[in-house]
Amino acid sequence: MQFAFTEDQLLFRDAMRDLLANECKPEAVRASWENDTGRVPGLWHKLVEMGVAALTAPEAMGGLGMNEVDLVLLHEEAGRAALPDLLIEHTAVALPLLAEVGESSWLARAAAGEVVVGVGVGSPYVLYADQCDVLLLAHADELHAVLSTDVTLTAQRAVDYSRRLFSVAWSPSAATLIARGDAAGQAVVDACDRGALAAAAQCVGIAQRLIEVTVEYVGQREQFGKIVGSYQAVKHQIANALLAVEFARPLTYVAAYAVANTTPHRAREVSMAKAVASDAVDKAARVALQCHGAIGYTFEYDLHLWMKRGWSLAAAWGDASFHRDRVGRELGI
Amino acid sequence: MDLTFTEAEEAFRHDIRSWLEHHVPAKPLRSMDTADGFEQHRDWERVLHGDRWSVVSWPEKYGGRNCTLIEWLIFEEEYYRSGAPGRVSANGVTLLGPTIFGFGTEEQKDRFLPKMASGEEIWAQGWSEPNAGSDLAGLKTKAVRDGQNFVVNGQKTWCSRGAFADWIFCIFRTDPEAQRHKGLTYFLVPADTPGMVRNPVGRLDGEPGFAELFFEDARVHESLILGGEGRGWNVAMATASSERGLNLRSPGRFMAPAERAVALYQRMSAERQDHTRDMQPAVRDQVIRNWISAQAYRWYTYATAARLMGGGHMGPEASLMKVFWSEMDVEIHATALRMAGAQGELMSTAPDAVDGGVWMDGYQFALSGPIYAGTNEIQRNIIAERVLGLPR
Repeated sequence: MQFAFTEDQLLFRDAMRDLLANECKPEAVRASWENDTGRVPGLWHKLVEMGVAALTAPEAMGGLGMNEVDLVLLHEEAGRAALPDLLIEHTAVALPLLAEVGESSWLARAAAGEVVVGVGVGSPYVLYADQCDVLLLAHADELHAVLSTDVTLTAQRAVDYSRRLFSVAWSPSAATLIARGDAAGQAVVDACDRGALAAAAQCVGIAQRLIEVTVEYVGQREQFGKIVGSYQAVKHQIANALLAVEFARPLTYVAAYAVANTTPHRAREVSMAKAVASDAVDKAARVALQCHGAIGYTFEYDLHLWMKRGWSLAAAWGDASFHRDRVGRELGI
Repeated sequence: MDLTFTEAEEAFRHDIRSWLEHHVPAKPLRSMDTADGFEQHRDWERVLHGDRWSVVSWPEKYGGRNCTLIEWLIFEEEYYRSGAPGRVSANGVTLLGPTIFGFGTEEQKDRFLPKMASGEEIWAQGWSEPNAGSDLAGLKTKAVRDGQNFVVNGQKTWCSRGAFADWIFCIFRTDPEAQRHKGLTYFLVPADTPGMVRNPVGRLDGEPGFAELFFEDARVHESLILGGEGRGWNVAMATASSERGLNLRSPGRFMAPAERAVALYQRMSAERQDHTRDMQPAVRDQVIRNWISAQAYRWYTYATAARLMGGGHMGPEASLMKVFWSEMDVEIHATALRMAGAQGELMSTAPDAVDGGVWMDGYQFALSGPIYAGTNEIQRNIIAERVLGLPR
């Protein structure tokens, strides 16, 4: 029993934090809300260069051959920065899914950074489908890899403007089929678990950042001649948010370990993590807004960038109720 | 990261599990907060100690097994899983014990630790006063030096197990000129000290779980000071850290009832078919929430253990743990009582009592959690100020 990350894993996290501190400042996230792609121009390329984008792809194909334990800390950083990109869909879900069903040609090209893979499992909408080269889509008990030039997209505007979601109309064919039957079914379940895990870790990062900016704000703001953050009513709210985050984080790491090592209870571990992380970010978002007061309720102030991402990811890949129900079924109730 | 237990850890788990299977009393003991129940629990401590299971993390010379923190957590998981009796020696072995290891002289360690481990001497905590609860530094009971002795005058209250304990660890004011946190000294006081009178006080459940202590010119020898005259606040904070963090309340203690509540749900939903008392989906959701909370506390604790074993220290984050476990404990028992429905109010002697009435007993005890060891309001202040850095 050694519940700790290695020095290398922590260094990789620090490198990711540094990159995003420079390249994904709040003003860059805000700009992504208004631009054509919803993403930060050039940032995906930097993530590819750093090895993050294909971190989960096998080394033989040019990936880093790393697993969910290595990745979980990077998702936390992505959440902290409200990174608007495909780290969940491409890196955490699509690449391992291609590997699991043995679809190596797309995997090799993705590992080489030549293509971006989108996913339409676990959600009726595909994030950034307009910018993906190929989409992994489920149809009955089949899994298909469909060229994005062969589908019809309908934009579905999200509350977080950087999340460019699309409904996808497409036709399955023998040419697009990559897996079927039980193998496809298990692969899709595993893919949804990886997505839920990644979203949980991002929720933890978002929640942590919401608390940090709130502490900073109430530590400066004065009312009635006193720092607002010195009032117990404010302190206790923020303490409650911190409690939610602190006790969600270890479950997220446990889930990462369980998925990376294919443990028998991995579905339950992932669901525990997503349930508490979704609740934590929801709590942190409400506390952050309340403690900021009216300034936090404005579109001009940055707080809502994290708040709305938090709402989205709390609901994505199964919300807290869905995952608690799943834990219950695993417990036999 | 390796979340599997080593072979040695698994062997340790097997050993304690099979020992408990053979030794846990078949019939529940009387409440440890009654005179005869207290002695029954003391006897159980002797049984544990006989096979060196009473203080597994202590060095062998004091009756322990020199276990790692991980092994101690395993011990606790198995202990509570087995339904073994509550630990009447808890205030000693989990609060004062670690404080003596940190601050005691060699003579004090040799004098106090072995008898604490064996149950021969059961300890109670005498800190709170009628006007110094959350504001502990406002305590007024005085200890005035007279040669090698200190003369104590004042009053302590809410002294858990104080009615029957053999020794009491107290904080007194030894320098009346010093303010607040200064001028306090930590004393180890024999319960039979002349001049000290103790009155049992009924707790919420009606049992004399509390005592008030009255000191009138009670004399305590200077050799019974722990950690030096005037240094009582520092020593007390070490004890408090144990009390709030993982020492007193290990995850096993909450995993067991959370698990039993799942079993209760299964039983109750099978038994209750009539529509008026059907199990509601909201109850199921809360049962699951509680089970997840116990797991969250478990893994938070294993991560903390890894940090401590790597040379880290327990800081103000102990307050996070205290708020979390105390509120989780209330929820676990409150949820079980909802499942018990009309039988929830039945006590252990009632023929229809669910699980022998343990849920109501546990609920009443759990309700003290957000109050003792520093109220959760104080803990949230500590979290905000010392973990997050907000101004006082």
